[in-house]
Amino acid sequence: MQNDQLLALFSGVLLALGLVAFFMGRAKAARVRADGVAMHAQPDQYAWFTVLSTAGPALLVSALGAFVMLLLGASIPLPYLLAASLIVAAGGLTVGIAQVRPDFHARKAIERVIRWVLVAAALISIFTTFGILFSIVFEALRFFQMHSFWDFVTGTVWNPGASFLAAAGRAEEGASAAQFGSVPLFAGTFMITAIAMLVAIPIGLLAAIYMSEFAPQRVRTLAKPTLEVLAGIPTVVYGFFAAITVAPIIVGVAGFFGLDASFNNAVAPGVVMGIMIIPFISSLSDDVINSVPDSMRQGSLALGMTHGETIRDVVIPAALPGIISASLLAVSRALGETMIVVMAAGMRPNLTANPLEDMTTVTVRIVAALTGDLEFESAETLSAFALGLVLFAVTLTLNLVSVLMIRRFREKYRVNNL
Amino acid sequence: MSQTFDDISAQLRRRHRRSARLKWISMGALGLAGLFLVLFFADMLSKGLPAFQQAYVQVELEYNEDAQRMGREAMEPEDAKIVSRSFERLIPGMLRDDPDLLGTTETRWVLANGEVDQYLKGHRSKLSETERQAVDEKVENGQVALKFNTTFFSQGDSKMPERAGIMAAAVGTVMTMLVTLAIAFPIGVMTAVYLEEFAPDNRLTQIIEININNLAAIPSILFGLLGLAIFINFFGVPRSSPLVGGMTLALMTLPVIIIATRTALRSVPDSIRHAAFGVGCSRWQVVRDHVLPLAMPGIMTGSIIGLAQAMGETAPLIIVGMVAFIPDVSASFTQAATVLPAQVFTWAGEPEQAFVEKTAGGILVLLAILIFLNATAVILRKKFERRW
Amino acid sequence: MTSLQTTTPTAAVNPPEPELGQPYVRNENACHDLSIRVRDLSLWYGETQALKSLDIDIFQKNVTALIGPSGCGKSTFLRCLNRMNDLIPGVTIRGLVEMDGRDVNAVKMDEVALRRRVGMVFQKPNPFPKSIYENVAYAPRMHDLVSRKADQDELVEKALRDAGLWEEVKDKLQQPGTSLSGGQQQRLCIARAIAVQPDVILMDEPTSALDPISTATIEDLMDKLKQQFTIITVTHNMQQAARVADYTAFFHLGEIIEYNDTQMMFSSPATKKAEDYITGRYG
Repeated sequence: MQNDQLLALFSGVLLALGLVAFFMGRAKAARVRADGVAMHAQPDQYAWFTVLSTAGPALLVSALGAFVMLLLGASIPLPYLLAASLIVAAGGLTVGIAQVRPDFHARKAIERVIRWVLVAAALISIFTTFGILFSIVFEALRFFQMHSFWDFVTGTVWNPGASFLAAAGRAEEGASAAQFGSVPLFAGTFMITAIAMLVAIPIGLLAAIYMSEFAPQRVRTLAKPTLEVLAGIPTVVYGFFAAITVAPIIVGVAGFFGLDASFNNAVAPGVVMGIMIIPFISSLSDDVINSVPDSMRQGSLALGMTHGETIRDVVIPAALPGIISASLLAVSRALGETMIVVMAAGMRPNLTANPLEDMTTVTVRIVAALTGDLEFESAETLSAFALGLVLFAVTLTLNLVSVLMIRRFREKYRVNNL
Repeated sequence: MSQTFDDISAQLRRRHRRSARLKWISMGALGLAGLFLVLFFADMLSKGLPAFQQAYVQVELEYNEDAQRMGREAMEPEDAKIVSRSFERLIPGMLRDDPDLLGTTETRWVLANGEVDQYLKGHRSKLSETERQAVDEKVENGQVALKFNTTFFSQGDSKMPERAGIMAAAVGTVMTMLVTLAIAFPIGVMTAVYLEEFAPDNRLTQIIEININNLAAIPSILFGLLGLAIFINFFGVPRSSPLVGGMTLALMTLPVIIIATRTALRSVPDSIRHAAFGVGCSRWQVVRDHVLPLAMPGIMTGSIIGLAQAMGETAPLIIVGMVAFIPDVSASFTQAATVLPAQVFTWAGEPEQAFVEKTAGGILVLLAILIFLNATAVILRKKFERRW
Repeated sequence: MTSLQTTTPTAAVNPPEPELGQPYVRNENACHDLSIRVRDLSLWYGETQALKSLDIDIFQKNVTALIGPSGCGKSTFLRCLNRMNDLIPGVTIRGLVEMDGRDVNAVKMDEVALRRRVGMVFQKPNPFPKSIYENVAYAPRMHDLVSRKADQDELVEKALRDAGLWEEVKDKLQQPGTSLSGGQQQRLCIARAIAVQPDVILMDEPTSALDPISTATIEDLMDKLKQQFTIITVTHNMQQAARVADYTAFFHLGEIIEYNDTQMMFSSPATKKAEDYITGRYG
């Protein structure tokens, strides 16, 4: 039999057993109750308990079997595994029916199971983080076995070109040895991030100031969701916009000033990324500025300060931890942004301070390394994980610092909605 | 002893000006952000709207013997130059399916090739001077015209721009989102219920909370690395499939749904819980029968927003191979598929001018769906918003 | 103003009918130059009228206390004097508030200039998120009251001394203002207010968030400060009004029921309502 059919059969039998369990459990409980015995739970609750005791262990057994196969490489024939599960299910059914007794707390038993299921769900997010961490670290370690960590961190030449030859055992044929110096990639990443921040922080912060301090209520209720639209636009769309519309404009403007700009310059993705990030900064800053207690503003105004001075010297300093926190989150976002740079920035690792030249970023190289027809074992493919590891470490740090800052702000002013 | 009002007012003049300047500058910043938005949409519309029209040619078709082998033999040679090759290739098949056609003639509107289309829309085109004249003549005779582009909505990807459509990607998106939602929604809601209603305030709970916030801020491409290393390489989920894409996006969407659900649960006042406890409900019954139903609109809103976010995501899908050339609509969760943003990405990389408008057209469709989803979320929130 | 203790028996026996908005003044020798003159002042929050045609004269270098049950409009009235009500949307104000010969509510009046001359201390201490030193030095520097660093140091020290805080904070001037205790924070706010050398200081229940010892310190301070400033204070606490105020106005439902010399007010109130309130029958 095909595996699919086997699985369908298994599910069908299990479902049938479940139904049997439900009705038998309920019938027995109803019978007991009809005899006038006080029970700890409702018949339906007993019924559900029998279903759980039938299906739960059976599913556990099959899941366990699947894991044993995956992890230990042992091969258990599928029919045997499923048959074993069904036997367990039948056993569970018998035990479940036997448990339908007046002194048995069926509801409590069900709720204990539910609680564990909820805990398991909550743990999945932890597993996700560890999954990311392990998958990256594990592959990155393999990369660092091939190339020295020190060269990766300090090297200024990124030239993975010949690594596929090495992977194929033909290293001698390559013209030059592959080099994995990540400095130019990080330089490019930071250049584009810096440009994005130069656009996003001033515009986002000023827009937040206008919305929270000056704007009439009507403008405010309209402007905030409108700005959020900017954050909802998919990054691939921004990438297209940067490459097709903004980059030629930058080249044209640079040409007007007699400067030579590449069509893959760093300014176009930087500016577009900045636009994308504006709402991150404005939205969080707006919330933070709004939660600066009004007594601060009044205290300043009552001293004869103008509205502008109050904002500059009292409100903004009070909101500063929150604003910095928003900016850090924005930086973290810009560092990890992929599509805009993949589509609009260059592919060539280029260590330069001129934003009009083409340069590449960490995320671009990760994508480049994983989309070619390369052997997974090659150093170039694995280098993606090494780059990912650094990206993970940097963004994790930024996020944690940001969370700590916002928490300090929250405790200081006892605001709960941030 | 103290200054008069006039003295002070005179000193204040400069400071008032500076204060007003801050107001205008900050207003300008907001205006600038709005201007970006307007320019962006104007640019996308001007580039993308032409994609919804396509050039068609009216040709005489003579189904002769030669056409059974070479479709172009059914047409006049100069017609054959401007008709899409994708149509020529269909003719032998048509004759095979319906042998009665052989020997008949027919006049019908068929897809023109991409260069004619671009020429009619005033874009760069590779048509020669004589071909242009021929096309112009046919336009005057009403034999060449721009018509609504049904191909774009009914076909998959193609290397011929006039034949390329978003259908395969749209189906891929729907399947991927089904997987995402099927995984992220129950797990997300259960996690939030646990954290909000059951969890003791201990170390583990705090770690889970910090972890969820952190997960929400991890670059999406790293989820792609997880999908590649764990789902594909370790568990052997088929590469490029909606299954692996949906699973990867589900992990990304999880924090959004958890955070939204927690907010929704928190907004249900404790008095409801106390009342339910008071009539003898257990904790789980309180949650199932009282808290969850009241929090549902908020949970739905958050989930829709999370779904919209996942729908626009491309980077992790590139890593798990969902940027593939998919000419046919696939209906399996384990076969290679692509999604709308990935289709946009693929087209953006095509060198032909005609693909620029396809890309922008695809973007417009994607944006329309996202706007629809977000509007639904907003309306849902407005409709069920409740003040306690 | 020690004259409050000297009694003038005739006045108590036969109080003459006071003129519009003027308190009965017991001690003719005391300073009663006019600081703020209020005539027919009404205020609406949207449709609700919060102040109903108030008339009151406030004298320079005295402490005037505003008492009355909560919601009677005394804080609202206080905030009319430095136009802090402007910050609340939907407020309509009619009538005259005159200071230094000028209508405070006039369009031409610069409310920032007004607040420069009419300082305010709030119910809850609200030091800026800056150092103790900067909390005091900030406003004078912005107002160009000091140009050199030495002058600024001197001004800060004087203001802190006047506020009775100098001895406690002189060694930690660079610490944040929020690190102080509640009572100290409130005195810091007072120092901040007097550092800009206003004519009038408005105090909106300045001690209601403080412990009894800090309250006593602030009350002593008010007594000292009235040598230099006109002080108008809102208080819930009638003993406090009796202790610190020279004149007391009793507010009820947006009206001034009685405005009188403090001692008169508390010993023999002229109106039934004031008497009931003072004797604790309501409020």
